[in-house]
Amino acid sequence: MADRPRLGREDVAHVAALARLSLSDAELDHFTEQLAQVLDHAEDVASLDLSGVAPTAHALALTNVVRDDVPVPSLDRDEVLAAAPEVEDHRFRVPPILGEAP
Amino acid sequence: MPARAPAVRLADDVRTGRRSAREIADAALAAIVADDPGVGAFTLVTEDLARRQADAVDRAVAEGRDPGPMAGVPVGLKDNLCTRGIPTTCSSRILAGWRPPYDATVVERLRGAGAVVVGKTNMDEFAMGSSTETSATGPTRNPHDPLRVPGGSSGGSAASVAAGFVPVALGSDTGGSVRQPAALCGVVGLKPTYGTVSRYGLVAFASSLDQIGPLTTTVADAALVYDVIGGHDPLDSTSLERPHPRVADVLDDGVAGLTVGVVTELVDAAAADVAGSVAAAAEALAAAGARVEDVSIPETRLGLSAYYLIAPGEASSNLARYDGVRYGLRVAAPDTTAMNVATRTAGFGDEVKRRIMLGTYVLSAGYVDAYYNQALRARTRMIAAFDAAYARFDALIGPTSPTTAFPLGSKIDDPMAMYRNDVCTIPSNLTGQPAVSIPFGAGADGLPVGVQVLGPSLEEATVLRMAAVLEAAAPPGTPPVPVGASSTGGAVR
Amino acid sequence: MTGTWEVVVGLEVHCELRTRTKLFCGCRNAFGGEPNTDICPVCVGLPGALPVLNRRAVDLAMAIGTALGCEIRPSTFHRKNYFYPDQAKNYQISQYDEPINVNGCLELADGTKVGIVRAHLEEDTGKTVHAGSSGRIHGADYSLVDYNRAGVPLVEIVSAPDLRSGEQARAYVTELRGILVASGASDGKMEEGSMRVDANVSVRPTSADPFGTRCEIKNLNSVRSIGRAIEFEAARQIELLESGNEVVQETRHWDEDAGRTVTLRSKEEAYDYRYFREPDLVPLAPDLEWRVSVSASLDLLPRARRERLASLLGDDGPLPASRGDQIVTVVGLGLDDLVVAAVDSGAPVSLALSRAANEAATDAEAARRLSASAFAELLVMEADGSLTPTQAKAVLGDLLAGTGDDPAALAAARGFEAMSAESLAEVVAEVVAAHPDEWERFRAGGEKADKLIGFFTGLVMRSTSGQADGKEVAAELRRRRGPEPT
Repeated sequence: MADRPRLGREDVAHVAALARLSLSDAELDHFTEQLAQVLDHAEDVASLDLSGVAPTAHALALTNVVRDDVPVPSLDRDEVLAAAPEVEDHRFRVPPILGEAP
Repeated sequence: MPARAPAVRLADDVRTGRRSAREIADAALAAIVADDPGVGAFTLVTEDLARRQADAVDRAVAEGRDPGPMAGVPVGLKDNLCTRGIPTTCSSRILAGWRPPYDATVVERLRGAGAVVVGKTNMDEFAMGSSTETSATGPTRNPHDPLRVPGGSSGGSAASVAAGFVPVALGSDTGGSVRQPAALCGVVGLKPTYGTVSRYGLVAFASSLDQIGPLTTTVADAALVYDVIGGHDPLDSTSLERPHPRVADVLDDGVAGLTVGVVTELVDAAAADVAGSVAAAAEALAAAGARVEDVSIPETRLGLSAYYLIAPGEASSNLARYDGVRYGLRVAAPDTTAMNVATRTAGFGDEVKRRIMLGTYVLSAGYVDAYYNQALRARTRMIAAFDAAYARFDALIGPTSPTTAFPLGSKIDDPMAMYRNDVCTIPSNLTGQPAVSIPFGAGADGLPVGVQVLGPSLEEATVLRMAAVLEAAAPPGTPPVPVGASSTGGAVR
Repeated sequence: MTGTWEVVVGLEVHCELRTRTKLFCGCRNAFGGEPNTDICPVCVGLPGALPVLNRRAVDLAMAIGTALGCEIRPSTFHRKNYFYPDQAKNYQISQYDEPINVNGCLELADGTKVGIVRAHLEEDTGKTVHAGSSGRIHGADYSLVDYNRAGVPLVEIVSAPDLRSGEQARAYVTELRGILVASGASDGKMEEGSMRVDANVSVRPTSADPFGTRCEIKNLNSVRSIGRAIEFEAARQIELLESGNEVVQETRHWDEDAGRTVTLRSKEEAYDYRYFREPDLVPLAPDLEWRVSVSASLDLLPRARRERLASLLGDDGPLPASRGDQIVTVVGLGLDDLVVAAVDSGAPVSLALSRAANEAATDAEAARRLSASAFAELLVMEADGSLTPTQAKAVLGDLLAGTGDDPAALAAARGFEAMSAESLAEVVAEVVAAHPDEWERFRAGGEKADKLIGFFTGLVMRSTSGQADGKEVAAELRRRRGPEPT
């Protein structure tokens, strides 16, 4: 509803970090304004009273799509690793990981 | 130039031995080498692959084996379709040079049908755009006017067909990215019913909206390609059987007795010259025996906002995998998180970053219900509104794009202005229903105009029958064939 | 010591499902393979890949739900978005607000009922090894990622906070493991990571008080460490509270060597996973026929198996503790079907139970493959005296080792003919004749004399290669001596 504060710099900085992007100050200002305009436009949807309406996540009406538990040949490891930025010991090598998985 | 005959004709020539696939491929490749520098439709020309595939088709013909319904037809593939061993970059720095270890299902089906892949076409980065200007390797130019955009995001595919390099190209359509460039370039562009063409191997932008579709010079070619690439794929959980009968078989059934609605809100969104084409198309359909009326579907106006909440949301998640770990660009950094940040910051362009941030925001705690879920509710409303319309009408028409091709650089700094290019095409993505853009007349500036035919789910046949009628009735000014051609074997009009 | 404080524990158990392939692709679900050999576009997160759900994983998830008394519901999949190198797509496909199983219950052996809030499907991550001096993530120079495990099907089972001690938590995990193995869903190999446990621990002064602040202890991989970690954590929290401090809500790691929980060094932030429905998958709505076919093929669960054995012993009141232990052992090792079948073929119940719990248990894997009729035949031979207990155990050893499958033949091969009374008497006579001094002392009678029974029995045993029955040797010696002199 209309008492939502307009998208601001801190919001954009926050989502940039969540999305693993870094922005310069100039970009932060620039993108904030552009994104705020998109959300301003989206008020036409955001402000509607759709409380009785179920969301449609998918236009399809399919259910229960499954496959048999039968192995299928895997990819050639060398072909996949050939495209990897850094490989060691047949594994993907990455710089130190700070922090445990959530 | 022989390559510019429609696919139906070329395939027949090859199957009957009148022409060799190799000769057709060589001619296409020569034309591309000579003339694409001025257009920029192709991001990569696959000469070796094309010749190998063409030779294989010729061998099949020589040995009396069925070479397939698209035998020898040169095709362009939008660069978000995975081609094994061949760079698939989505026109992004972050995937520069990436060679997939597998083919997309549609690519396999084209090969099985005897088609010959001559190259990967330019696109807006990760399919995000309406002008092909966000490509990391530079824009494609509209073959009708090099100072104008070809539309997007499948601008390269549309231009490759409009310029006569290939009779068929595949694109992908999430908010209009096959139909809108088709309209701006004066070619046919089909977005099939969601689920009828496998997405396996299509690099995802917005998963509940993306569909692969053909860009062609004729409606018959669009039907041919749809029948080849469509159909259930066990590798895609959202995949349906394509409808029967095969579209190509019913293309000439005409429109007598069908009812057509002209969608007021879509026409109102268009410039006067474009609206004029729609009116002329309505008359042509009436003259061919359809009952044509205006219909108001106010819910279409919710589409732009709903789309720009849903699509970036899904995209922000789909593009998370580009992190420098397993493939693509890596920018070194002391720890993994910093490496992810440096890689993505260097690898993605501005529009992609905008949509990722927007998508992350609308999915974030505290906002997801107000924005993303709300957009999904608006989608329910739109589906209901279109269902009500299709209870009264067999098909709907409207403009494809609000304007003709706009000048390069004129909207790139104004995202909302760029997004408004999609207002007429977005509804069919949100509802999952089929729609085709068919060239119909010219704008005030002489540039191509596309008219859009929309239909209910699984009614490709109805939609393409109607498009065939419009094709036959196309007014003067409708681009017959591509720029620079001396027009042998051009589209039948 | 927790004194009067009440410890409150809830457990989240991640169970790897015993399917042949992964949850969303046809790569093999196998432990210990060469790195990155079981990968495909889907599980390594390549551009353009799409997930397709494994039917068997759904069967096993429903089997688990049925075994835990859950309601099986129509369900959907959601994306849980977060960046981590072992998460190939940087989102996990999981279930969020519409999981497949809800509202079950697990009853412990002591009768405590533990609520099962939910048991849902999700995909596993790849594995990372850290290169550096400790092999731990902190201070590593770099890390290496293997995606073989990425996409393996998991069911995450979330209990209500109904457990009240480390011991109860151990009992819960043990019973749950038995259920997961019995339902066919899991191989139960915690040492291979088939079951991983996270514990949520809090304390409160009394059960009337609201729940205290809880801490999550991650990745407990053995029953023993679960108990130890919970006990440590409870004591840690109690000490904090008793000294006027607060418990900070956080995630902690159990350090097995040091025997304590430690804060994970990463800054604790409330992760915003931005859950939304997975657009590449469609909803799951197993119909009645599907659900019934799963529950119909469900094997007996541990509790029912224990009750079945107990009923074989007859229901004359509560069992002695030793019997109860034997039953728990036999069911725990998966040998109860063997015992039941042997009893059906005529073996005596208590003997079958003893031999299964004691001797057969030494090689449970071989015992599970044992023919019930062979086992029964052997037990009958022992029960009717054709074989001594020692001999019977030796033949059982042969059966387990796979030396043969016919107890009578195996006994004959070892020369375990039943000794006739005459041949036994002959051997005793020989031994007695060879040791006249000892025989005289034995004839004299008294306490010392009885000790010589052991002396003579040992010689008889040596002479007969253990075939003689010790009790019968003693009886023969006494018979020879005649009535003791007064």
